[in-house]
Formats: sequence, C-alpha cells, structure tokens
Amino acid sequence: MSDMASAQTAAQHAAGELGEEAGTVSRPGLGGQTPQQREQSRTIYEKSRDGRRAFVAPATDVPEAAIADLIPADLLRSEPARLPEVAEPELVRHYTKLSKRNFDLDSGFYPLGSCTMKHNPRLHERVAALPGNARLHPLQSEAHSQGALELMHNLQHALGEVAGLPHVSLQPSAGSHGELAGVLLTKAYHEDRGDIRSKVLTPDTAHGTNPATVTMCGYEVVKVGTNADGGVDLDDLRAKADDQVACLMLTNPNTLGLFDPNIKEIAEIVHGVGATLYYDGANLNAVMGISRPGDMGFDIVHFNLHKSFTQPHGGGGPGSGPIAVSDRIEPFLPRPQVVRDDSANGDGPHFRLDHDRPKSIGRLRGFQGNYGVFVRSYAYIRSLGAEGLREASELAVLNANYLLARLKRDGVADYLPVAFDRVCMHEFVLSGAPMKRDLGIRTLDLAKRLLDHGYHPPTVYFPLLVDEALLIEPTETESKETLDAFADAIVEILREAKEDATIAQSAPYSTPVRRLDEAGAAKNPVVRQVL
Amino acid sequence: MSSYTQATREDIAEMLEAIGVGSISDLFAEIPDEVLFDRPLDLPAGKPEQEVYSELAALAARNTSAEDEVTFLGAGMYDHYVPALIDTLMGRAEFLTPYTPYQPEVSQGGLQVMFEYQTAISELTGLPVSNASLYEGPSAVGAAAYLAKLANGRPRHLVSRGVHPHSRETLGTLAVGYGTTIEEIPLADGRTDLDQLIAMLDDEVGVVILQQPNFLGSVEDLRPLVAAAKEVGALVVCACDPIPLGILEPPGALGVDVAVGEGQSLGNRLDFGGPSFGFFAASQEHIRRMPGRIAGETKDVDGRRGWVLTLQTREQHIRREKATSNICTSQALNALAGVVYLSWLGRKGLVELGELLARRTAYARSTLAAVDGATPLHDQPVVREFALALEAPVEAVIARCQEQGINPGYALGTDYPEFSNGLLVALTEQRDRADIDRLAEVLGAAIAAERGAVGVAR
Amino acid sequence: MAEASYPEELLYHQEHDWVKIDEDGETATMGITWYAQDALGEVVFFDAPQVGDTVTQDESYAEIESVKAVSEVIAPMSGEVIEVNGAIADDPAVVNEDPYSGGWLVKVRLSSVEERNSLMDSAAYTAMLG
Repeated sequence: MSDMASAQTAAQHAAGELGEEAGTVSRPGLGGQTPQQREQSRTIYEKSRDGRRAFVAPATDVPEAAIADLIPADLLRSEPARLPEVAEPELVRHYTKLSKRNFDLDSGFYPLGSCTMKHNPRLHERVAALPGNARLHPLQSEAHSQGALELMHNLQHALGEVAGLPHVSLQPSAGSHGELAGVLLTKAYHEDRGDIRSKVLTPDTAHGTNPATVTMCGYEVVKVGTNADGGVDLDDLRAKADDQVACLMLTNPNTLGLFDPNIKEIAEIVHGVGATLYYDGANLNAVMGISRPGDMGFDIVHFNLHKSFTQPHGGGGPGSGPIAVSDRIEPFLPRPQVVRDDSANGDGPHFRLDHDRPKSIGRLRGFQGNYGVFVRSYAYIRSLGAEGLREASELAVLNANYLLARLKRDGVADYLPVAFDRVCMHEFVLSGAPMKRDLGIRTLDLAKRLLDHGYHPPTVYFPLLVDEALLIEPTETESKETLDAFADAIVEILREAKEDATIAQSAPYSTPVRRLDEAGAAKNPVVRQVL
Repeated sequence: MSSYTQATREDIAEMLEAIGVGSISDLFAEIPDEVLFDRPLDLPAGKPEQEVYSELAALAARNTSAEDEVTFLGAGMYDHYVPALIDTLMGRAEFLTPYTPYQPEVSQGGLQVMFEYQTAISELTGLPVSNASLYEGPSAVGAAAYLAKLANGRPRHLVSRGVHPHSRETLGTLAVGYGTTIEEIPLADGRTDLDQLIAMLDDEVGVVILQQPNFLGSVEDLRPLVAAAKEVGALVVCACDPIPLGILEPPGALGVDVAVGEGQSLGNRLDFGGPSFGFFAASQEHIRRMPGRIAGETKDVDGRRGWVLTLQTREQHIRREKATSNICTSQALNALAGVVYLSWLGRKGLVELGELLARRTAYARSTLAAVDGATPLHDQPVVREFALALEAPVEAVIARCQEQGINPGYALGTDYPEFSNGLLVALTEQRDRADIDRLAEVLGAAIAAERGAVGVAR
Repeated sequence: MAEASYPEELLYHQEHDWVKIDEDGETATMGITWYAQDALGEVVFFDAPQVGDTVTQDESYAEIESVKAVSEVIAPMSGEVIEVNGAIADDPAVVNEDPYSGGWLVKVRLSSVEERNSLMDSAAYTAMLG
C-alpha cells in the first residue's frame, strides 16, 4: 500500500513535468502532432512530374555515337527504369518531411535493450567526411593509403586490448557477420587438425543471430539451459559438452544483463572437450576495461562498433563487427590482414595488407571492411582513452542499476518485477506477466503508450525466456534526470492503466500513424510501389 | 571525465544510495576476482575534441584520395559525384541516429524510405521483390548463393571467372559453411565461355552466378547463359553494376532469378571500401527465402497509410536456426543515399548518365588503344570500364602515372595471373575528355619510360 | 475468434493438433486446435505440404505463420497427403475463425489406424490444457 501511494505521487509529478516539457500527455495523449505529420504520406514516385529534374548531365565532350553502335541493341533496355522525376526543392522537402516521421536518439531517450543506444559524437561525422577518408578508393596502393592503414592497425590494437585477445580482423560488417566469421574460424581450426565436429551450443537466452549463424555454417544447434540465477546451467552444459561440440557461443554479461560468475568453469568445460568459446560482444559496453573476454577464456570475440563504439545506427545500418582471436585461431583469420612492418633503416613504420595467409578462411566481403565506421570508432577511443572507456562502462552499469532501483522504489515491481533479482550489468529484464494478469495490459501496450510520452520503448519480447519481457538498457550517456523522468512515465502509465486499461491498449495516439496492420502486410505483401 | 557522460559527483552519490551500495566497484562484485582486469588498458590517454580532430586529420592527409589525383580506379567501387543534398539528408539526426524500425509508429520515415528504395531497385533490376539492402556487394553475392541452396539444395555452384574476385572468394568462404562446392566457369575473349558452361552443367548444379558488366568491363550476353542454366533447372544469380542498368536490359527481363550488386556508386562515398550497401532483388517465388529486412505497405487503425517491416518470420529473431539468413540489419543509411541519388538522377538522368559513360568509355578505349604499348585486352562491348594489355610492368606504370597526378586504374594481375599485363580503366562522369587525353599522354610516357628502364636493365 | 472449444468427435495430439478419422477408417482430416491458433495469433501464411507427401506421427509436416511466430504442425497420425486446404492461401484467418471445419489443413490416407490409440479424446486434451 505504501508503495502505491508513492507511485501515485510520482505519477502526478510526472504528468505535470512532462506536460510542461512535451506540451501534452493528457489522455489519451495527442501530443506534439502537427497537421503536416498527420497527413497521408505520399511517396516520391507520387510526386513525380514529367519534365522536372535535379541532375544535369555534363556536356557530351566526346564523339556522340549512337548507343546501339557501341553496344548491341539486344543488350539494351527498351524502356527506362521508372524512377521519379523531381527537382531539388521537392527532393529535399520530401526526405526532410520523411525524416520528421522518425524518432531518433538526438531527440529522445532510447533505452532499447541489447542495442546500446549511446550518444553519437558529432566529431566522428566530421573526421569520417574528410576527403582523405571519404574519397579514398579501396584499391588505392599501400604507399598512397598509409594513413588509413595506420588507423586500422591502431584500431586493431585497441580492440585487441579491450578484448584481451591479441589478433584482430576488422573485416566483418556487423555483429552477425562477426559471428559468421567466428563460427567459420572455429570450423577451420578444428578441420585443420582433422577434427570434424557437428554441433554448436548456444544458451536458450541467445540472440537469434547465434542459432541462425550456426546453421549457415553447417552445424546443428544445441540449446543449453539457464539456471535459477540467470546464468548457464552447468549441469546441462556438462551433459551436452562432448567431442562433437565445436563451440559454445555466449554473451557475458548475457542477454538478461547478468554477469555469469561461473565463466571460468564454463570455459574449462568447453575447452575440456576441445571446443572453442565464442563471445558475442553485443554486451561489451558493460565491461570495457573492467573484465576482458580473453581473460575469461574466450577464444573469439566480436565487437559491435555501432554499439559500444558509437557508430550511429543509421536506422538499421551501417555497422561493423570486428573480431579478436587467440593465438590458436590466428592463422585462420580472414584475408587480408593489416600488418605493420618496422623498417631497419630508421624510416617510419610501413603498413600493408597481408594477403599471403594460406590457412585463412578467406574473404567475407569486398575490400577492407567498413572503414568509415573504423574512423568513427577510432576517434571515440582516442577521445576517451583507457580511463574514459572504463568510466563509460562503469556509468552504463550505474545508470542501469539506478533505473532498476527507481522502478523498484516506485512500486513498479508489483506489476513489472525484475526477472532475475541480482545486481545487473548495463541492462536488465523486467517481466510484464503480472501487469498483463492484473491490469490487462501487455508489454506491447506499455511500449506503445511510452511513445506518447516521448520515449522510445525498451526491447520487448526478448529474451524469449522471460514471459512478457522488457529489456532496458539506458547507456552511460543519459543523465539522472532523464532516468528519473522515464521511471515516472512508467509509473504514470501503470497508474492510468489501473483506471482505464483501454488507453494503453489502444496507444499510441500522438505518433504520425497509430498501430499498423502487420497481419495484413504479411498476408498480402506490398513490397514495392506499383507504377 | 568524458564529455559524453553526464553524471556529476553528486549524481553518482545519490544514485549509489538509491541502489543501496557504497561504490561503483560494488556493482561489479559479481565478477569473480580472477576475471577482474587488474590494470588500466594499454591505450593512450584520451584527448580533447580539437586534438583528436588534428590527429585524425593528419592521418587522413597521408592518404591520396580522389580529391588529390585524377583517378581511373574502379574494379567494384567508383568515384561518382555525390550530390550535396545527400550529405544534408544523411546528416539529419532522424536518419543518422535511430535503430532498426522495431516501433513502426515512430519509424515511418525510415520505413517509407526502404519502400521507395525497394521500388527503385525493383525497377533497376526488373525483378519484383527487393529487400531493404544487405552489407555490400560481394557478401550479397554470397547471400544469393545461400538462397539457391535453400531453394533447391543442389550441391554444385558455378561462378563465372568474370565475377568480381572478392565475390568469388567470399562465395568460397561461405560455401565451406553451408556445404556446396564452388566451380569456376572460364572466360573466353573477355566473356563467360558459353560452351564451357554447357559442358559443366548437370542436375547437381544449383546456381550459375554471373556479373554484368563482368570484371573485365565486358557487357555479357546473358540470354544464352541463362537459357543453358535453366535447361538443367539451376537458378541464375547476376551481380550488377547499378549505373549501367540505366541503359542495359535489366536482368529480370532476361530470366535471371536473383540480381544483386554493390550499391556504392549510387550516392555513396568511396570510404576506402565501406560502408556502402548491397542490393538484393528476386523473382516473386523467392519472397519467403529472401535474406534481411523488407518493408511493406499497410494501414493503421485509423485507415492511414503506413509501412512496417514485413515477412519477419523469415528472419533470425523469430525463426532462429531455421532463418533464411543470420543478417539482422539493412544498410539503411547507405540505402537512403541510394534512393535519394536515383531520385536525383531521375528517369531521364539515369539514361543520360549511362549514355555519357558509354560514349566516354568508347572514346577512352580507342584513345588509349592508340597509345604505343597499349592494346585492348578484349573487344567486347563495354559501358564504363575496359581492360588494356600493356607492354610494360603494370604496377610500375601505375606508380609513374601517380607521380604525375593520374591514377590510371587497377592492375589486373593481382587477381588474374593470366592477365599479368592487364590494366582495368574505369570512367565516371567526373572524368571528362581532357582527363582522358591527359591519361593517354601520361600512360604513354610511363610505358615508354618503363620499356626504356627494362631495356637499360637488360 | 470464437470461444475455446474441443469437439467430442475429434482426437487430439499433445502438440495441439486434431485428427478426424473418416468412417471408412482409411482417411482422415487434420488441423490445429483452438488452443494452438489462439497461442499463435492471427495466421498469415500456411506453408503446406504437397499432395503425395508422407506425414509421420509426431513429426512436423507443415508450418503455420503469424506475424511474429512460426509454428511447426505436428502430424497426429501417419499417412500420405491426399488433399490440401487451398482456401487457406486466400484467407489464412480461416484457421483462427474456424479451426475445426473451414480451417482444416490436410486430408491424409492413413497408413496405420492403430496410431489412434496414442491420441487423446476431448476430455483428456482439455484436462491436459488445465
């Protein structure tokens, strides 16, 4: 009862404060919408008019041969591609208007668990855009790309130091691509010794990319259970670890935001059967400079430069997923590797791409990887240094635990209890099962109502292990005031739901569109405009 | 303290009290001592923004970019002009900083961009279903081969030697995972050898992978190659350069099942190789085997038009070990640049650009063929890139040209020992007739100098 | 979606599938139960087997998708598929609205009618659901 009283006080406070800030969170909450955003959206194709253009072609300064004299007519298009015809003003306005129909990290809190939505420093955009980076051709000779190769080499060193593993490949383009590299490296490592294995273990809390990757690499997925503390079930692991197991893929802290204290024992079990231990680096933001995967016993680590190392997410990409590996895995790293040669005659070091790696698994993509991302992440590491990286992780964990404590204090736990009640790392999982049972609103409804409060909701329905899961990751770059206001918003939504559950059930109200018919979209997929 | 975090000393004290612990290190008490890192990371100390800028600017200044020389380098990425409005739009926080559009109500901008992008790619390729983009070109070729594996399960995959060497190597890397063999179809006179292909085909062949134009710049005659593959029930994948697709018959119209390609030349920077995007389009029957994100049109509860990520049951977060791919992102920001670029060009502009490139390429090929010591490596039709055979060591010739501020192209011998004297020359609209004439002059002098040097050495 | 119901004339498999054996004892109709369609949510796609395919008791023979879930359909009995419900392709929601008649999935020529002995009746299945 006392919890409820304080919750209501906080909720009233929240309503007032948000009302001032965002203008309107009055029920049902038509906040912040302009007529422009509410209009039916038209596509660029629907704005096309014959005769308009943005591009003006350079004059033809060479002999104006008929195209059919250059290329056989039967290889030529009969009809042009039906691209839109628009002039620059409409082009800029169209995409600017579309941009305003997006929520973004610069305008609001984005506690999306497992995604590490930390601030994207603007310096990074500036240095990535320098012509020496942005207009550098990937096949430029080594002599003419020394700055880029040195930057990559320095980044390799820094990432290897954070991972506690000495050898780094920057090539993979995303976390899932790093996983693919990691499992292929495992396969190459075993097969090099004539050891053919058939299975890869993943915990039941794993990201979906883990099992999907395992299948693409020709292995069978075997799930390992979770114990009562949210860690790997050691008995289940022992039962399943045999000489057919190639690898265990693990996240630590795991997707519940919990550090598995048995990690050394897990490593012993896995290494005991000759398998490799793979670290999914999605949650590295909790432990930079505090605990290193290599020291925990991991053989292969992937980084998400778009998570811990601030590459902007771009609405779903680009990312980058470098990997760090131990000595025994090194011979198999993707080609090419950036290496440093120190000259004997007093000249500075020379950096080059080493293609001569006979045991390499080969390429995973074209060229050298997402260099533009490397520039941003390297700028971040140079800005923070060793101390700053450690501080980032410390404050990420502090923010997560503080937000969890705030939610417990305000009576939220009656409806949204923490799934595993331990000190969390950089994120934590609540279960919306009691909320669904007692208030009749689901986690999804809470998420949609948060949109009306001006927040991006946490990750919902992941991990699968927790009923009605809500995975919350505040990151280190958010202020205490933001965390307090977010906690107040959750309290307010629960209070409101007690009075009238239908408000959350039909939310959101203030967004450019309201709930969308996803079933309709899946039944009759319309995936391009009919022209 | 980093300027990217906000907790003051007072905040930290209040927060620790609310949590009920005495210090931040208490929060890490669950990490056993044996795995606690007991020293500072061996990294240089952090620096203020202005100093980091200076350090990175100094590194960038040590690179020779397309700003610093007249470049004819291509071989998969091209120095097209990126219109200024793309910088403006890509720099908007609303496109730059969101995550994948998991909450469609507040992601309509990004989702509609995906839908418009998919439409443009579908138009370019002549195939009805496009995804919202993949990482980049060669890995998209790999993804297409995996689609073929899922579709028919056949064990042999054939790839033309005219396909980009990075794509062929990527195919080999991935095939080890999903258990297919990769065999190369030889080239004959600069094109995929039809007779050899026919000899290699049987009903164990799951897919035939081609490239248009191929790595040597030749426009392939896809029809007979596709017909031969269909004869044994194999799928056909074609990797395409998107700019020439403005004037070339689209692969979908020629019976190609999956068209993929490197999207960099559509409004994306060179960036030393990435990030860019890979496009991926397929015929309708493969819609549920597509990898990656797909946006679809729908309506909201009030009947208002909107977009969502659709057919998500294909994807790893739902289907897990049975997913069509492990990919969980698109290159949304780079694909945005792609669709803005295509809209900037427009229906007529894409054709004009393609025709300009074809004419300048024809001019460049004939002009350089007149250079003493340079002859065309093949005489197939070309649209934006062509290969020469030089009578001098290619790497040395390139180095000499670069001293004169001209990068003449790519040394084919790196990937094709049989063309150790080959030079691959690429055009964009940024290389005009005067640049081509200057290249002819500088290349001629470099070849002559190298022949002289070789003569002296002998 | 109507109220939960588990008709008396059907037999049930623990993976939430039903079978109705025809009077001749040689052929049968199969589908998913009210509980299964409710757990899955609005059905958007049925990845059906081909006529002539063999189905085996306790093994998956098809997939049903909702927007954010995929469910394997487990065969309650073994046999050969002789007909597939084509109406689902046009209107997948029929599986939700009418799981026991309009939303049937396949008709099968049974290979081993004795397998019926391992299935539950309505009362036992309802008890299992709790």
